[in-house]
Amino acid sequence: MTVLEVLGGVLVVAGAGLVALAGVGLLRFPDAYSRMNAVTKAATLGVVLVLLGALLREQSWQSAAAVLVAVALQLFTAPVGGFALGRAAYRAGTPLGSATRYDELQGAVERVRRGPDHGDG
Amino acid sequence: MIVIDAALVLLAVGVLSAIVRMVKGPHAADRAVAADLTFFAFVAAAALLAVRLEEQALLDIAVIATLVGFLATVALARLVHREER
Repeated sequence: MTVLEVLGGVLVVAGAGLVALAGVGLLRFPDAYSRMNAVTKAATLGVVLVLLGALLREQSWQSAAAVLVAVALQLFTAPVGGFALGRAAYRAGTPLGSATRYDELQGAVERVRRGPDHGDG
Repeated sequence: MIVIDAALVLLAVGVLSAIVRMVKGPHAADRAVAADLTFFAFVAAAALLAVRLEEQALLDIAVIATLVGFLATVALARLVHREER
């Protein structure tokens, strides 16, 4: 058991714990948008940590290439996916949580739908 | 290997809560977010099983699952947008 393998174990457990915490947030947060916040950020970091930990446990050039490509793709695509989900949810009219005080986008969907000629920006 | 097993159990907790949220809803967006978390957990589980079973090919599956998960998330976003208009 080398130091790197121990570090790999720590990374793996921390990453899996983050995914589990994202699950807790998914259950306990009040509306769809805050659930997206929990899942997109926590689970992305969790998956990246698990992949890096797996690389430390299984050291070879082959797995290094696969893991680094997977980490890069994850870091690029996860925010885009989360943004697409949030945008679609708002456009579909998913209600905000009852604790929300300001909705800066109020009416924006209607303005866009009517077309650029009628709105004021 | 007990460390890997513990991590797999933690991932299972995440997937279970995603299932609960997918059943309870209440909106299509909540279900889409739960599916998103399931994809993340699957990628992590593939990487862990690659170490556990000493099977290099599972790491390649993790790479492909990252891409497929992204495409699925975008497709689900389009579905959420269309369904409730």
